Amino acid sequence: MRHLLTTAGLPRKTVTALLDTAEALKQSLLGREVRKLPTLRGRTVVTLFYESSTRTRASFEIAGKWMSADVVNISAGGSAVAKGESLRDTALTLTAMGADCVVLRHPASGAAHRLAGWVPAHVINAGDGTHQHPTQALLDAATLRERLGDLNGRTVTIIGDVLHSRVARSNIELLITLGARIRLVAPPTLLPRDVAHWGNALASTSGDWPVTVSHDLDAALPGSDAVMMLRVQTERMHGEFFPSAREYAISYGLTEARLGLLPEHAVVLHPGPMLRGMEIAYSVADSPRAAITEQVRNGVHVRMAVLYHLLAGRDDQTPGEEV
Amino acid sequence: MSSPSGMGAVGAAGPLRQRELLSAAEVARIVARMAHQIIERTAPEPVVMLGIPTRGVPLAHRLADRIREFGGPAPVVGTLDVTLYRDDLRRRPTRPLRATELPDDGLDDVLVVLVDDVLYSGRTVAAALDAVREYGRPRAVQLAVLVDRGHRELPIRADYVGKNVPTSRDEEIGVLLTETDRTDAVVLRAYDRDQR
Repeated sequence: MRHLLTTAGLPRKTVTALLDTAEALKQSLLGREVRKLPTLRGRTVVTLFYESSTRTRASFEIAGKWMSADVVNISAGGSAVAKGESLRDTALTLTAMGADCVVLRHPASGAAHRLAGWVPAHVINAGDGTHQHPTQALLDAATLRERLGDLNGRTVTIIGDVLHSRVARSNIELLITLGARIRLVAPPTLLPRDVAHWGNALASTSGDWPVTVSHDLDAALPGSDAVMMLRVQTERMHGEFFPSAREYAISYGLTEARLGLLPEHAVVLHPGPMLRGMEIAYSVADSPRAAITEQVRNGVHVRMAVLYHLLAGRDDQTPGEEV
Repeated sequence: MSSPSGMGAVGAAGPLRQRELLSAAEVARIVARMAHQIIERTAPEPVVMLGIPTRGVPLAHRLADRIREFGGPAPVVGTLDVTLYRDDLRRRPTRPLRATELPDDGLDDVLVVLVDDVLYSGRTVAAALDAVREYGRPRAVQLAVLVDRGHRELPIRADYVGKNVPTSRDEEIGVLLTETDRTDAVVLRAYDRDQR
């Protein structure tokens, strides 16, 4: 594996290898006083963030440091980007200084893909616009696998602002690869157009597109093995998508009453940051059904696994060969 | 097999010759002898046996079973994956990680016996020593291997050796164990120099 840009078309074998590596790393660090592995000594990882982030950036930084990589953090404000430098020039500057891997977050969809064509370094997409956020989908899958076991045949309901959500896009592709079925529940204004028929246009799914769409949350909950709440991304909303926050919370918020509609084993996920009282009730976010802190914890191990697969081995391998 | 070229890549054309060095009965006898040697050197102190994946793990369990059977102090068995500590990671495609399962009480002040199937360059053992240090400070660390095939690249030797087998670098030692290979045997495979 050279880059991690998208979950679309990622072979199941590669996904499983990444999740297995994350699990092995988690296990090998469990209960240790010194959480430091020598594996990526001498490798330099740069996080380049053009959008604000707490958990993703911190998670990558911790993942790199626990594997002894040198991690340099750069954010758009306070760097040469603020002086007008282009993404390409910034990235070339950083690789000229010896960055082996660039972790990019950018508001433009496709930015990581462009970057991968410009620099010799490995590129990890840490979120590009409304397109993809592959490590989030991997950590969600790791968390679901821990709680539910094999995801084959499981139903995952994704609720909320699907339209603006790179988390949803990455998860849909990845979970389908792992054999899960997807339900999207959202107001019509927050769903991408024609999403129920995307399968016809995507080569990666070979015809079968196990995604259904609904606007009725209460009806979708009983058959769900997991629900994934999405943050309402007001920063990307230029226009009116729903009448009021209160009305959104009433129709699409995961309340205590709705939690009761879920099967006993069902897991509640949220990629964070959460808007409590909006898409998820206070008590639901703190309930034992919610795996939100586990998601964050697994995020570090999943990102360690990605760094391991990109940076630890010999460079000349082709995707799929590493397993 | 954890050693980089102990068994590893089998050429597309297969080995030129394959010769059985140890039969199932001989493997069993050797494991029993090693168990006796471990008891002689360590009793009454109980040891922590750490198997190095893949085939060091079943070997560690077999040695522990024999030690119990022969009345030695009951060993604790764990597994130690050394992949993350290897010094040759960058020379090969990404290696999958294996499980690491250590005793709940950690490794501080205990007698650890590392168990692997083949001792070759010594690099796996060096990585294992680095890994052990991350988990604690054992009182002492010893090494048990089923086959020592020579060609050391580091100043490392085994405390318990099942069998010394002089080899050339073109050859491979294959350790087969029922737990992983459905049969017990040790074989020597010779390759054409051009095939490897």
